[in-house]
Parts: sequence; structure tokens; C-alpha cells
Amino acid sequence: MIHSLFLINHSGDIFLEKHWKSVISRSVCDYFFEAKEKAVEPENVPPVLQTPHHYLISIYRGKLFFLSVIQTEVPPLFVIEFLHRVADTIQDYFGECSEGVIKDNVVTVYELLEEMLDNGFPLATESNVLKEMIRPPTILRSVVNTLTGGSNVGDTLPTGQLSNVPWRRAGVKYTNNEAYFDVIEEIDAILDKSGTTVFAEIQGVIEACVRLTGMPDLTLSFMNPRLLDDVSFHPCVRFKRWEAERVLSFIPPDGNFTLMNYHVSSQNLVAIPVYVKQSISFFETGPCGRLDITIGPKQTMGKTVENMMVTIHMPKAVLSANLTATQGNYTYDIATKVLVWDIGKLNPQKLPNLRGSLSIQAGTPKPEENPSLNIDLKIQQVAISGLKVSRLDMYGEKYKPFKGVKYLTKAGKFQVRT
Amino acid sequence: MSASSAFNDEKGGSSSVGEPEYGHDPASGGIFSSDYKRHDDLKEMLDSNKDSLKLEAMKRIVAMIARGKNASDLFPAVVKNVACKNIEVKKLVYVYLVRYAEEQQDLALLSISTFQRGLKDPNQLIRASALRVLSSIRVTIIVPIMMLAIKEAASDMSPYVRKTAAHAIPKLYSLDPEQKDQLIEVIEKLLADKTTLVAGSVVMAFEEVCPERIDLIHKNYRKLCNLLIDVEEWGQVVIINMLTRYARTQFLNPNINESLLEEGADKTFYGSDEDEDEDEEEKEKKAEATAMAKRKPYVMDPDHRLLLRNTKPLLQSRNAAVVMAVAQLYFHLAPKAEVGVIAKALVRLLRSHSEVQYVVLQNVATMTIKRRGMFEPYLKSFYIRSTDPTQIKVLKLEVLTNLANETNISTILREFQTYIKSMDKDFVAATIQAIGRCATNIGEVRDTCLNGLVQLLSNRDELVVAESVVVIKKLLQMQPEKHSDIIKHMAKLIDNIQVPMARASILWLIGEYCEHVPKIAPDVLRKMAKSFTNEEDIVKLQIINLAAKLYLTNSKQTKLLTQYVLNLAKYDQNYDIRDRARFIRQLIVPTEKSGALSKYAKKLFLALKPAPVLESPFKDRDHFQLGSLSHLLNAKAGGYQELPDWPEAAPDPSVRNVEVKESVPEWTKCSSREKRKEKKVEKPFYSDSEGESGPTESADSESDSASRSESASPSEESRSASESEESEEGSESEEEEEEEQEKDKKKKKKELSKPVQESESEQSSEEEERKHERKSKPRVQTKSDSESESDEEEEESESESSQSESEESESETEVRKKKKAAESKPPLKPVKKENKKESKKEMSLLDLDDFNPAPSPQVTPVNTFLSNSLVTDLEGLSLSDSVLAPATIAPSSALKNYELLHRITGEGLSVEYCFSRQPFSPDANMVAVQMQFTNSATSEAKNLHMEDVKLQSGMRVKEFPEIELLPAGETATAVMGIDFCDSTQAANFQLCTHTRKFFVSIQPPVGELMRPIFLTENEFKKEQGQLMGMNEITEKLTLDVKCRNEHAIVQRVTTAANLSRVPCGSDKECSPPVPPPKHPVHRFAGRTVTSGSLVLVTVATKEEGGAQLTVNCEKMVIGTMLVKDILLALTQ
Repeated sequence: MIHSLFLINHSGDIFLEKHWKSVISRSVCDYFFEAKEKAVEPENVPPVLQTPHHYLISIYRGKLFFLSVIQTEVPPLFVIEFLHRVADTIQDYFGECSEGVIKDNVVTVYELLEEMLDNGFPLATESNVLKEMIRPPTILRSVVNTLTGGSNVGDTLPTGQLSNVPWRRAGVKYTNNEAYFDVIEEIDAILDKSGTTVFAEIQGVIEACVRLTGMPDLTLSFMNPRLLDDVSFHPCVRFKRWEAERVLSFIPPDGNFTLMNYHVSSQNLVAIPVYVKQSISFFETGPCGRLDITIGPKQTMGKTVENMMVTIHMPKAVLSANLTATQGNYTYDIATKVLVWDIGKLNPQKLPNLRGSLSIQAGTPKPEENPSLNIDLKIQQVAISGLKVSRLDMYGEKYKPFKGVKYLTKAGKFQVRT
Repeated sequence: MSASSAFNDEKGGSSSVGEPEYGHDPASGGIFSSDYKRHDDLKEMLDSNKDSLKLEAMKRIVAMIARGKNASDLFPAVVKNVACKNIEVKKLVYVYLVRYAEEQQDLALLSISTFQRGLKDPNQLIRASALRVLSSIRVTIIVPIMMLAIKEAASDMSPYVRKTAAHAIPKLYSLDPEQKDQLIEVIEKLLADKTTLVAGSVVMAFEEVCPERIDLIHKNYRKLCNLLIDVEEWGQVVIINMLTRYARTQFLNPNINESLLEEGADKTFYGSDEDEDEDEEEKEKKAEATAMAKRKPYVMDPDHRLLLRNTKPLLQSRNAAVVMAVAQLYFHLAPKAEVGVIAKALVRLLRSHSEVQYVVLQNVATMTIKRRGMFEPYLKSFYIRSTDPTQIKVLKLEVLTNLANETNISTILREFQTYIKSMDKDFVAATIQAIGRCATNIGEVRDTCLNGLVQLLSNRDELVVAESVVVIKKLLQMQPEKHSDIIKHMAKLIDNIQVPMARASILWLIGEYCEHVPKIAPDVLRKMAKSFTNEEDIVKLQIINLAAKLYLTNSKQTKLLTQYVLNLAKYDQNYDIRDRARFIRQLIVPTEKSGALSKYAKKLFLALKPAPVLESPFKDRDHFQLGSLSHLLNAKAGGYQELPDWPEAAPDPSVRNVEVKESVPEWTKCSSREKRKEKKVEKPFYSDSEGESGPTESADSESDSASRSESASPSEESRSASESEESEEGSESEEEEEEEQEKDKKKKKKELSKPVQESESEQSSEEEERKHERKSKPRVQTKSDSESESDEEEEESESESSQSESEESESETEVRKKKKAAESKPPLKPVKKENKKESKKEMSLLDLDDFNPAPSPQVTPVNTFLSNSLVTDLEGLSLSDSVLAPATIAPSSALKNYELLHRITGEGLSVEYCFSRQPFSPDANMVAVQMQFTNSATSEAKNLHMEDVKLQSGMRVKEFPEIELLPAGETATAVMGIDFCDSTQAANFQLCTHTRKFFVSIQPPVGELMRPIFLTENEFKKEQGQLMGMNEITEKLTLDVKCRNEHAIVQRVTTAANLSRVPCGSDKECSPPVPPPKHPVHRFAGRTVTSGSLVLVTVATKEEGGAQLTVNCEKMVIGTMLVKDILLALTQ
């Protein structure tokens, strides 16, 4: 399956390599560099490349390329998904997945990779199992280890490896038993020039943070589960219960995890929380253009819209922007041609407006296309689809846990065409 | 410090003194300035007694390895520590060993004994890791030791060690392929393992070592299917992929009857089928029934169903690879009607990382070619955002193009219009090509697209213009005569466009259609002759081409120019151009030497060229297994296992039967009982499905699941010998059960129209009685399985079941269960687990029974295709009611004749056609058109046949066999089949005789696009309930005076549309005839011929000739047209 893995940073240096079978020379990466050169943007590097003797499958995460070398047929998604899992694990262990962090913990990362794959086939990818075999570094433990000569490596088989709930370790103990669930919804939308919705959908995710003693068995039910159209679950969720009763029944992993992802059925009209009035125009005569954007609240369910931000990728010809914002600040990065207008809280009484002129490089023809607006926003304490958790029950343990549910609506890929 | 410098000194070994090294690693780089002293301090540290020093040294060494530096010279120092007590040091030493053992084989041998000792350790973790490292050491000399270790570990108590053994198999195989036979034995043994932990790993080993030994899977097939959901995600992917291949070799194609529906291009593939059918056609009239019987109704193997059912929940996995694996399984294995479920899951994956999107979109693109309808509802999910990476944009564009059809093209084109304005020029170019493809595929929008593209010609960006030119060229080729102004416009463009491909395209166009632009063409050639030497090769070739064509059509004006161009070309640097010039000169310029060929020069150059077909690059990619690397690359990757074609006939399904050791001896004793049990085994098939669709469902399911879990214990006992670990896994059985039911229910809905179900529902009363017996079912299944599989099929006829016995055995199990429960220490859990196990088991066994053909006699037809004959049969049976009989099939006298060719235009030959409403046997998806040829001329007509069929995309025609001779005054009939693709588009073709060709077209009335199906009133209402909203069209009308009685209404409706009457509830079920209601409601049902969409018509009569007509049809266009037609029929 997966033969070797190379970690490559943004500037094209290989800073870690791991081979699960015989060693493959790192010169194989040259084919990748060639493709990377051609693609210009790192996102545009084809994830699967064919070389005379190998296949290269790569992902781009946190400004790093995870490049795996394959020799025989294997489902590409298998490798891609695994590489993302590696990145997730590193993030889980060290808080972030970046070149610096990996270099600082190179031995632990190497050991992790050793445990995650055996002969190129995934062995243990559940972070709870891994954490029992190779303990994540903490300051306290490193101090203790230097004093006692102890180690970060577990010497017994992780219980999860053999149990029917591999995602949970045995003997979890907390003094404060708590379970929090965040229902986060993202609105993906494309609005056209006139403000009508071309396409809109809601994608939701329930992130959980569960710190409960023992082996609790939780049941989470919704007021309106019919809203959910398509779902995917953490392996802990009992699918059959869901099919039959539309409740989530599960023995939770310990700590943070994503309980489920869902898609709200497309029959329900998506409430678009803001409207945007915009006019961006470039003039044929004279090197300038005009920009005027106003944003107002639309369907916000009575909550305030926060963290409003508008990002515009300007055409290459735009040299600078001379604008005034009635609220918030704007920045224009000349190198990347990105205009960012950070509005903050949306005030329904006084609508934020950004207007002014754009100067265009002299001599270049006026840009034909208008850039589209990418919008970011947050609405606290509301799930825009109207999804509500009705109750959370716990079975299997005696104590009373502390429970909490939080709702949040965000803009996902929210784009306004101009 | 920058990483780049770090790597530089790795390569240099010992340069750049004093540079700080990250990861506190003094061994590398700076500190040691010469090679021979290298790593001395590390060696010292490794030799010391302190674990902490050793650990520190090992960490540094591993860090070196991680960065790709060579640490092989430390091998002797490291290998000494292999027996170190400190577990962390030991682990790091293992890491080192695995990396360098291959290079230092002799020294590596020193460590082997440590591992051998480790293999005997009481701690399973140590045993496993010893095996892992031992098998990872790639030293040929230890192959026998490895072999022994693997064999031993394969029967280890700990499933974790067995898993490690499974992992070790491919390692050993790659080291020494000679060991294959022995390894297969181990694989065979591990395949029989019942733990989820091992399943994934051993299948992976199977795939690497002996993927061709599909026979090893037979016995484990059902177990794998049932364990699947609990296997870890990576194992799931491997197992699903393997099972896809397995199923392709073992089961029949579920779409075998529909396969004829597939696109015309596939015809050769089904060629054999058609040949056979041709014979049938001749005999059709007299022996239709026998012909039908010959086509064996398809019954899905229960194991096939099991696989589909058990993989479906995995579509909800969080792991994209698992979802994709299930999706490809469904795509390759599921009946057409069920494939749709994967679309939603795949669309969900589009929210994932861009790499995932990339792979998923590639697969979706392939799927959309074969199964467009599947993704149509999700069209908008493929809309492109300006922030998408270009490669994703292009793939989405591909999918959008594939999804385009007459109904959605306007939305798609509007969307494309915004894309054309994008800043990403590669993407714009791709969009233009996509527009071109839409235009060629969908005739209606061709002109719109062309106009749009012409407008793009004035775009400022040259790339856009160039791409448009190329696409316009292809479009113009389809109908050049209409568009000479565009050609003129393009001729003008040649002054400005610099992109070679575009210039070449324009020149070709002018050359090809020079007669449309007689004035401009020579002028263009003049300009080109002038700039000839500066052009690109591809343009030069086209200039020569243009010159040659002009010379042939307009030699007066262009003779000299052509000579000049040819002379220039003669001395060109490129030999292709020189060759071309020489060749053309010989052809067009008549000399005494030039032979016969030059006479044909005109034909050679000015032959009519067929318009290019713009095809998706994803066409036919599906011969690779979807989701595979080979599919993505569109090239066979090493180690790719071909997806086999479906077998002609299914191999023996009994090979998958597993013998379960029976722990209850008394049951096996008497054979008469055995038989009875076999019988009972059959019941669940009906009772199950019945219970689900019937009204008693909810109450039932509960008791059912309860009873099933009770039944768990006996065979649990039988397997109690199995490892303790096994019982650890599992979850609640009720869930499992409920899910089963849920799924079955869904399935049922889908298949509702199939006659099997119909007949089942007829049996309902019988089933009702049996319901309580069902409790005994699961246990008995386990039983029956153990008892010889062979005679299962023969048992169908026996029908009574022993109630008493089932009760008795039930109590038995009850007792045993209690005992069991008392034995087990943690009182609740184990029982549950067992239950789950058992229920899974039983599922597979239950499925076995599906296989037996249904005992009820009237259930022969399974596919809708046969429904026609079913209706005929019913008619023959003269089902007591008088209304049904005449109504079900329209009397042939009612068939309307249409004129295809009039006597006068046909010069004596006249042709009439009618829609015979018979199933067209060569292809169930075609409408049979019966043609009657009458030769009223004085001379005989010969070789009557069809030619040059022009169809809208998707439509297909099966031509009638050629009529060789039609003497004067005679009449002949022939039948042809047309697949109208559920549209009323006309099929145009030429009718040819030996002398003449006539352009004719056949346009079907919408009522002929369907075929009757048989539905009961309840089914009708249920289906109607699902086709509400947009799919329902209601009209009020006043019935024609002559048409107020039931008979007339039925007749008029059935004449207008090929539907069958749905018997009223009162007609059938109540034996004493109930007086007909005052205002009867008439219902008619049918399915469209191509897509099989339901068409439901209701005519509710009211006072004084008033009536309400309701049509429910998924295809709204058909619905609206049908309403009009029926309205007309009823009011006139």
C-alpha cells in the first residue's frame, strides 16, 4: 500500500521521510516538484501523479505537503484520507500541524508514523489508541521523564485496540463530569448580481467535548430530526438506532471529537442572514474604478451578526484602493490583490458601507470581469436551519453529568457574484 | 535556521561547521568535522549503562533517520541494545533495525534470537511487536523463521497477534514469493477468523498475495458481509473492494433485463442478445408466450442482496474512502433503481478537503455518463465558486456538462455565462469547450450557443477568442450552410488572431466551406501566402490545404497563388510540410504522369466530412473499477485487478453455505422434521416483507426483534468454544434488527411495482396466520443451514409448518438463555453481545431462503417488462369482473393508424404505421411500431429498408428487417422498435427502396410512450401519495355525452394512452358483488417505456357528466401532455 512518506515544506524542502517498506530515494520527489512548479498555486498541484515507477499521492495541509509514494494499485481516497488522518493526529498531539512543530517533535512524529502504518497498511489510527501507546508530550511529563528516566512509550497493549469501542480507553476518571455539544452550521451560498440566491445549502457539524467517567452511554435527541437530510457519523454512533428512531446513541470517545456531520435537506429554504448591495465598476476612460458596498441584515432570527468580513480578490490590474468605510477597517494587499474589509458587528440601524475609488495600472485595458465577494460572518446562539437538540440522556453510569449545548451559525463558502 | 541549509549539509556530510542544528542533534552536521570520527559520541552513549543516555542517543539517531541521513555505520552499536530492558529504547532500536537490516544482513542476524524469544512472551503486545519487527526485517535468510513465526501467530490466542500475523504475510511474500503456497494456507486459516480485528488485515493479505484465489472467499463471504460494519475503516475499504470483485464473478447482472436500455453505443456488447431476439421476432405472434418464458426472470441471489444491504449504512461513514468504496460497489453491483442512494453521499464528500473533492469528482464524472439521472437533483452542488482550485473547477465543469439535458440546459448555460467572465483563463477555455459540447449534444440550444460563442470572438483576451474559434469550427461543421456570415466574420479575424490552433481552424473552415464565401476565400489565401514563412507548422499545413481546395473549386483566381504556396512549402524546414506539398501537387495539378488519382482529387479534398463528436474524456472509463487508482489515471496501475464481467450463468450459490456445528443433536435426527424445518425457513421471506408493508408492521417488528434475540443463545453455545475476545464486541441486537427492517422497507418501496410483491400481498391473509409462527424462525434457520443445503430447493412445495414444534423449541431456548445469562458474570453486556452476533449470523441464513423460488404459482414475472403478458394472462383467466377484462388491453381495432408515406409521394408505395402496444421483444425499452407497406404501383418494390436514422440524443431505433421483395399490389408488415427516451421527439429516417429514398418521420403520441402495468388499488393509492405536488396535474372537465358510462370512459382512456385499468377494490376482494358506487372513480396505471416512471391516471366522475382528471407522473412533461390527450379523448 503506502510505501513511503515525505513531508515537504512550502519552499520545497523535504524535512522528514519515513519508509514502511524498502527505502525509496527522495529523488522520486523531483516529479512532484516539477508538477508543483507547473501548478503555480499549491492548491492546484494534482493530488495524484504518475511517475515511471511510482505513483505519488499528496495532500496540502497547513502549508505542508504530505507526499506518499505508492507502487501498486490502491484506492487514491484511501491514501488521501489516511494522510489527512496523519495531519489530524499531529494536530491533536501538538496543537498544530506545522513544520516547526514537527521538527521539534521529530522522534515522536516518527514513532507515530511507525505505529500508524504497518507495511504500508493502517494499523492504529484512532488517536485514543495512539495516545496510550505513545503519550503526547506535556511539560509535566517531560520534566518527570528527565528526572526519572521514564518514557513516553506505553508498555501494555492499549485497551482500545482490542475492545469493541476502540475509540474509548478504559478507566477514564474525571472529578467534573461534563459533556458539551456545539452545533455549528455553515451556510454555503452563491448569490448573483441582483442578490437572488443561485444556490444555498446548510452544512452542519456537531462537535463534542465529552469528559465523563467510566463507560457512559449517551443518547442525544433532536426536536426536529426531519430537517437532517444527509448525515455522516463518528464510528461510535449506532447507525441502526438513528435509522429507526432518529436519535444519536453512542458511547463517546474521551475528549474532543466530531460527533456527526449533516446536510439540511434542500427542500427547506435557506435563510440568508445578510443582504449585500454592491456596485463595482471600472471605467473605460481614465485609470480608475469605483466600488460601493453596503451590507445589511436580512434573516437573522433576531440575533446580531458578528465577525462580518468581506474579502475580494481584485483583478490583477488594480493597483490600489482609496476607500472609506463607515464601519470597520479595510486593507488592500497589493501583492496578492486581496481587499479585506473587516466590519465586525453588524449594526442594523447604521448599515456599514464601503465606498471609494480603485486605481488601475495605466495602460492596461479595463478588467472585463468583476471580482466576486466572499463573505464571512458569525451568528451566536442560533442554528440557522432551526435544528434544536431536545435532550441528552446518559445511561450506564450513576453520576449526574453537566451538560451543555451551544449553537453557532457561520458563513461557509458564501459568495456574491458581481 | 532554514531547512534548506540543513539538507545541504546532509548531502555534504560534514560541511558548515558551527551551524546550530535543530532538534538538538549534535551528531549531524557541524560538530564533527571529519567522517571517521563521526558518531563517536553516540556510540559511547549507546555503550554506556545508563538507559537515559541510550535513550538520548537513540532519539538522535532516529531523528537522523527521519531526516533522511545515513546512520548505517552505527549498526553494530545499536544492535547490541536490542535486548535492552527499557521499552522506549527497545522500540527505537526496532525502528532502527527495520530501517537498516537490509543493508547489514549479517549483523541483523544477531538480533533474531531476541525476537524469537519475544514471540513466546506472555504479553500479547510483546509477541505482536516481536513478530512485527521480525517480519519487517528484509533478510532472505530468515524466511523459514518468519514462516514458522507467522504460522504460529496465526493460531495465537490473542486476535491482536493474529492481526499482526496477517500483516506479516504480505511482507514475507514480497521477500520471497516462493512461499506463496504456504502463505495461502495461512490466509485461508485467518480468513476463517471471526473477529473484526483480523478481517481487514487478512483480506489485505489476500489481495496482495493471492487475489485470484476467489474460491477462498466462498465460505467466508457471508461472515465478511456481516462483520463489515464493525471492521475498522481501513479494513472496510479493502474488504468492500474485494467483495465487489467477488460479486462480479458469482452473481448475475441485476440489470440484465434493463441492460438493453443502455445507450445505443453499447449495442455490440449486447449483440448476441439481439441475434437471438431476431428469431423470436419472426415467431413473435404465435409464440410470444414461450419467448417470454425463455427469458429467465431475474432473481437476485440473496447473498448479493446481503452484500448490498450490509454495505449501505457505510455510506454514512466519516471516512471518505469507505464512502467511495461503497459507492463504487453500488455502481458496479446494484440494480439500476438502487444506485441512486450513493449520489447524496458522494455529493457530501464534495465538502471535504480539495484532494478528496478531486478524486470524488473524477468518479462522479464517470458515473454521470452512464447514470445521468442519479446526480441531476444535485446539479447545483456542482456549481463553481471563484475560489475553487482550477483542477476542481474543470472537473465540476465536466460533471455539469455531462448532466446537461433539454430541461436543465438553460440553467446550465446561464451558469456558464458567469464562468466565462472568470479571471482564470484556463477555466474560461474549459468553459468554452463545455459550451461546445452542450451545443453538439443538445440540438435545441445549438444556435444560442453559437451566437454566444460568436460574441466571444470580440473578447479582448486572445486565448478566449482562440478557444471559441476552435469550438465554433466544430459546431459549424454540423450545419455550415446556415452560417456563412459567421464564416465571413471569422475570415476577418485571421488578421488579428495569433494563436496557431485558432488560425488553423479558421483556415480549415474557409477551405472547407469556400463555396459559401467565394469572394473572401481567395483573398485569405493571398494574405496567408504572404505570411506563409512566418507561420507555425500547423498553420502552414492548413494553408496548403486551403490552397488545394481553392485550386479545385476556383482555379482561375487561385492557380498562381497555389503554385506559389506549394513552392514555398517545397523548401520548408519541416518534412511533413514538404511531403504534404509534394503529395498535393501531384494530386491537383494535372500532369501527364499523374495517374488516375488526380481525377478524384475533388472527391478526396471536398468530401463531406462528418461533424466531430465531442465526447467526454470520461467516457468508458468505467471499465476500470471506480475509485481505483487505475480509474483516476485512466491507465492500468501495477497490481490492478480487473473487474470481471458478469457471468452468463450464476455459479453454484451453495458454495457459500457454511456448515455450522450443531449443538442440539436431537434436531438432526429425523428427516421428516428436517423437511418441515426447511419449509419454515422459507416463510420468513414472506412474513418479513409482508410484515413490513402490512398494517400490523409496528407492533410486529418489536416482537420480532425480541424473539430473534432470544433465539440467539443456542448457536451461541455452539460457538462458545471460540475465543473470549470475540464475545467482547458487539452492540444491541434490537438496533440491528430494526435497521434490517427499515432497510427492507425501503427496498420494498422501490420494488413495489414488481409483481413478486404483488402476489405476496395477495397472499396476505395466509401470511397473517403465520405471523406468530415467525418467532420460531431464527433458530430454525440456524438449524436448516447446518442440515444439508442440497435439497433446499426441492422443499418448496411442502407448506404446512409445525406450530407445536416451534413453540417447544422456543421454550427450550428460553431456558438455555436463562442458564447462559446466569453463567455470564457481567449480567447485561454479554447477553447483548451474543445477541448481536447471532442476529448477524441469522441474517445471512435468512437470506439463503430468499433464494428459493416463491411457491405461489402466479409469481413468475419479476420484471415490469413482462407485465403486459401478465395482464393478458389475467384477462384469459377471466377475473370475475366484467369491467376489467375489456379494459385491460385495448382491442386492436382501436389502434390508430398513422400515415408514414403517402401513396403519391411514395410513387405508389404507401406505408402506414400503428403502435401495436405489444412489448417489443428484442428490447423491452422500445416502443413497437408496426408498419404496413402497400405497394400500389405497377412495378415491384425491392429491398425495403431503413437508412440514415436521425435521432435526438438518447433515442435508439431497432430497424425492421429488410423486406426483399414487395410485388405490385401486395401488402407486407414489419415491426420496428423505437426507444423514444420518454419524449415525443420524432424519429427521422429514410425509407429506402431499391430506387428511391423517402424522408419520413415517426412521432409518437404521448400515450404510446408507456406500457400498462398491473397495480392493485392500494398500491395505486400508495404510489399516488408519493407523486404529489409538482408531479400531479388535475383538470376538471365535462364528459362527452356519449362517454358517460364506465365502459366508454375506460375505452377512451385506454385508447388515448397505453395504460391498464386498476381494478376497483370492490371488484376483487368482496365476493358478494357490491352495487357500484354512484360516482365511480376509474384508475389507470402504466410505466413509461424507457425510464419506467410510473404514470397514474385517475378519472373521478361527478354529477351530470362532470369529472376530474388527475395524472400523476414523475415526468412532468409527459404528465402535462397526457392530460391534454386524455382530456381531448374524454370530451369529444
